[in-house]
Amino acid sequence: MMKVKSFILAGLLAFAPAMAMNGQALAQNEAAASVAATPVDADPKSSDPGAPADSADANVANVSAAAPAAKVAAPPRMKPTEGIGMPRPGEITLQEQFTDTGRTARWLHDVMLVPIITIISIFVLVLMLYVMWRYRRAANPVPSKTSHNTVIEVVWTVVPVLILLAIAVPSIGLLADQYRPAPKDALTVKVTGYQWYWGYEYPDAGIPEFVSNMLPEDKAKANGEPYLLAPDNRLVLPVGRPIKLIITGADVIHSFAVPSLWVKMDAVPGRLNEKSFTIDKPGVYYGQCSELCGARHAFMPIAIEALPPAQFDQWVLSQGGTLKGGTAAPAGQMGPQQGSALPGPPASDAGTTTL
Amino acid sequence: MTTITADHHGDHAHGHDHDADHKPAFFQRWFMSTNHKDIGTLYLIFAIIAGIIGGAISGLMRAELAEPGIQYLQTWARFSDGPSATLDQAYHLWNVLITAHGLIMVFFMVMPAMIGGFGNWFVPIMIGAPDMAFPRMNNISFWLLIPAFALLLGSTFVPGGTGNGAGTGWTVYAPLSTSGSAGPAVDMAILSLHIAGASSILGAINFITTILNMRAPGMTLHKMPLFVWSVLVTAFLLLLALPVLAAAITMLLTDRNFGTTFYDAAGGGDPELYQHLFWFFGHPEVYIMILPGFGIISQIVSTFSRKPVFGYLGMAYAMVAIGVVGFVVWAHHMFTTGMSVNVKMYFTAATMVIAVPTGIKIFSWIATIWGGSISFKTPMVWALGFIFLFTVGGVTGVVLANGGVDDVLHDTYYVVAHFHYVLSLGAVFGLFAGFYYWFPKMSGKMYNEFLGQLHFWVFFAGVNLLFFPMHFLGLSGMPRRYPDYPEAFAYWNGIASHGYEIMAAGMLIFFVNLIWSLAAGKKAEGNPWGEGATTLEWTLTSPPPFHQFETLPVVD
Repeated sequence: MMKVKSFILAGLLAFAPAMAMNGQALAQNEAAASVAATPVDADPKSSDPGAPADSADANVANVSAAAPAAKVAAPPRMKPTEGIGMPRPGEITLQEQFTDTGRTARWLHDVMLVPIITIISIFVLVLMLYVMWRYRRAANPVPSKTSHNTVIEVVWTVVPVLILLAIAVPSIGLLADQYRPAPKDALTVKVTGYQWYWGYEYPDAGIPEFVSNMLPEDKAKANGEPYLLAPDNRLVLPVGRPIKLIITGADVIHSFAVPSLWVKMDAVPGRLNEKSFTIDKPGVYYGQCSELCGARHAFMPIAIEALPPAQFDQWVLSQGGTLKGGTAAPAGQMGPQQGSALPGPPASDAGTTTL
Repeated sequence: MTTITADHHGDHAHGHDHDADHKPAFFQRWFMSTNHKDIGTLYLIFAIIAGIIGGAISGLMRAELAEPGIQYLQTWARFSDGPSATLDQAYHLWNVLITAHGLIMVFFMVMPAMIGGFGNWFVPIMIGAPDMAFPRMNNISFWLLIPAFALLLGSTFVPGGTGNGAGTGWTVYAPLSTSGSAGPAVDMAILSLHIAGASSILGAINFITTILNMRAPGMTLHKMPLFVWSVLVTAFLLLLALPVLAAAITMLLTDRNFGTTFYDAAGGGDPELYQHLFWFFGHPEVYIMILPGFGIISQIVSTFSRKPVFGYLGMAYAMVAIGVVGFVVWAHHMFTTGMSVNVKMYFTAATMVIAVPTGIKIFSWIATIWGGSISFKTPMVWALGFIFLFTVGGVTGVVLANGGVDDVLHDTYYVVAHFHYVLSLGAVFGLFAGFYYWFPKMSGKMYNEFLGQLHFWVFFAGVNLLFFPMHFLGLSGMPRRYPDYPEAFAYWNGIASHGYEIMAAGMLIFFVNLIWSLAAGKKAEGNPWGEGATTLEWTLTSPPPFHQFETLPVVD
């Protein structure tokens, strides 16, 4: 019981500075945006930009000596690349993919399905135009009375069966691929859908749940992020490491969807759904709730910030989390999540809440 | 013996009073009707009114979606939620609009028009029967729709959670529809579905009984027109699917009002149970909407090609196959709910199977035209439009059938595009084709050919402009049921809204044609379509006598 309570307390404390530092955090983002290209590979304010992981370790070592002085800074908020991990204006294709299963699935769609369905549609259209022209009353005043032809009927039954078989084989393979269980060392993140925001919790790293709300239009624009896609706190994930999302809903059904990672999984109350994938490139990948969940269904976006492993570790430490192997940030050092602009109660209120 | 003779005389005298064209007085004829043609007419009028309402709602939606941002919803919300409507109530109104559009178009437009309207009018005539098997049940089937529709429309004026009205989507998923929607609106919507469902079940029983028992001498099952086959299969789908819906939404009601937890995990229930039950009904439901359209298209293609339907038995049994397989593919609507890999593989494979009988139908229609002598009258033009557009909607269905691909397309506009191609451009094209085909028979007046053709071309251009860009929106990731969207989706949404305007202009032409033809249309002959029209309705006058086939026709 005590543990649970302290987790909740820790969560609240984690937010207090986030709220207090709104302006500062945003300013920092803008600085980061103008200085560093995507992917941002170092915190400009970090003392040792070359090796963030090392510096994190060093900081931790320092901390044991002088507790309040050293603090692991969160990596700066990554700036999204226009058209990557988000829809492009006037786009007519699927979004570019950044997972293996996503690329396989996109291949099935782009290379097999779209050509096949286009050919079938054009074939039907050409046949129709031909018969309409050839057998118009003026050209063919006396109709034939043919009403059976076994050969052709067998052909148009068997050929579609063969086409469908050709589609089914890679399609079933794709499903097997998508359901391959995550390896044991996968990073587990719990995703919870609420009316109308997302909660993210990192049980492996000991980071308690924090919530992710949509950024208001002016804040999103000031951040250089697409409005209605950009939330305040992102789901931060490592590149190259297998990830296992455990997805559930708290009130009604939501759906956690990120098109550029080929991820869509319903967040169902009372169920833990699992989705595994590995992101192969740093970046910001946006998504939106994809199951009708009430009034603000369209206003609970998702953003995944994929960081290189070292920076991800730095982020974990900055959140007061633990790395595999037992390195922990000291208590009370839980930094704000990057660039939080959570509209909420004033910081002092949250900070003084007693449980 | 004498008594019997006396009775016989009595009957005879009675029969003279009610000759074929003796019609009851207005109230008795239209409000206490037992005549399948009058009830069919009532259904068609009802469907047209519901279609106007449902279509107007989609106009509101396309207006709001024409540009990013919320432009009109708050203004409209003041009508439903009072002058102090909040932004959340405006968003809720959006959900009410999508819910109402879906339910109205499915339950109060397509189904009443296809089955209640054309089914009632032409199934008895095509099989050579004087009327439906249960004429009074036929009447109650229709009149149940009125309170059902009133409940649905009324639900928009009572609280349903965040704002007034049921904002659950036409699928009414729990727990959004249970703990997520306080207030009576959802209860009213559920009751509306119950009553509409009861109406359809009664109708289905009536059609099955009529078709199995009342065919004219010589009209074997394998000689029935394909439209009758399509209604027979549809009636069986209704009879088997609707009770499952009734059970599902009854449990919704008890979860909402009596503390049961069928769909609440906290009480040992499961929200997914609702989805399985709903789609066990919902998937056959989409075939219920399209199968009568298949039947109508078969009649029209044959008539205007002056050729018998190619591969008649294949056509009939393809519909039976679609109906049967349609019952075992439901969970492809649930690919992202977290089902196991084996289940997902099965539903992927099973769903693809449906493409085979559908392909048989498409190719058989083309083969029917092949070698024919085609006249491009309005019904034929609509039928040809149907065949192509249904193909386009069908092939995107094959894409969505792949569970692994559906992961990214599920609940996006790609799905919206797909089901509007098969329903709005499939079923509705079938309805218009049937309407123009049978309008002379039903009204005794010819429609205006030029306006009919113009209606087709304007409508064709409009709906394609409206729905084709939705494929692009879905591919690039725009989710369904969103009142507002990121800037990147603006372009194709703008195009789609212009498509709606063109489509609406097409509808205007339709109504002008309808009114003009009823008022001043040329008198229609018994068979205006010539030698290609071989079914029994064309042997009667236009309009047919109040009671037809008092002497049963003999089919050879």
